[in-house]
Amino acid sequence: MSSEKTSFVYVTYIRSTPEKVFEAITKPEIARRYWGHENISDWKPGSGWQHVRASEERTVQLVGNVVEVVPPTRLVISWASPAVAADPASHSRVSFDIATYDGMVKLTVTHDELEAGSGMEKGIRQGWPIVLSSLKSLLETGEGIDVFAKPKAVAAGSAA
Amino acid sequence: MDADKVFKALGDPTRRRLLDLLCEQNGQTLGELCEHLDMARQSTTQHLGLLEAANLVTTVWRGREKLHFINPVPLHQVYERWVRKFERHRLSLLSDLKKELESEEP
Repeated sequence: MSSEKTSFVYVTYIRSTPEKVFEAITKPEIARRYWGHENISDWKPGSGWQHVRASEERTVQLVGNVVEVVPPTRLVISWASPAVAADPASHSRVSFDIATYDGMVKLTVTHDELEAGSGMEKGIRQGWPIVLSSLKSLLETGEGIDVFAKPKAVAAGSAA
Repeated sequence: MDADKVFKALGDPTRRRLLDLLCEQNGQTLGELCEHLDMARQSTTQHLGLLEAANLVTTVWRGREKLHFINPVPLHQVYERWVRKFERHRLSLLSDLKKELESEEP
């Protein structure tokens, strides 16, 4: 197994305010509308956070610690699968940087300290572009996109 | 941010190659990217500039190195707007056809 690390930087420009973008990440009732999940924490440095599927099962899909909180411009968290979270080496790091940009908000999501070639890497490479498009869509139009959407033929053929 | 910029940036084989290179290995320097391209540094810089203007590439300074990262968020927005909308219709037609054909008992 390789211990090589990799990182990703995602940027999206949103016609909104830094406060609204920060809330959209940290407030469960907003996150569930575009992410299909809630991020639950008291958002204090050193506290834990959980990424919970907004469904009846309320599955905890990710956990981690809050590293840095500077509302409404910066949030840094660690990020791990619950099954392996006891091992600090399994934690990657996600930083949200929120800046005013020409009347818009520039949201930069940096996901680093990520194990190259891991399942987590595959997951986040697929996930972040969808989640960030959906966030932009929610804040600009009031409606998120369906982050679980699959092409119809695929959805019809699978039990999931 | 601007669909015209995204389509313009994608309308060139070198720029698509640059995106492929970053998809294979994210966070490369200009020098690393140039190794794979038969082209002057200056031209590569211009292509990267257009990709950055379209927000398809993001740059981050790490010490003295400027690293280039692929940013697929605008591609996803283009996909939502220009592909999925039409794909849904097409896939539902195919799925109806499949149902129709498979229900024909020999």
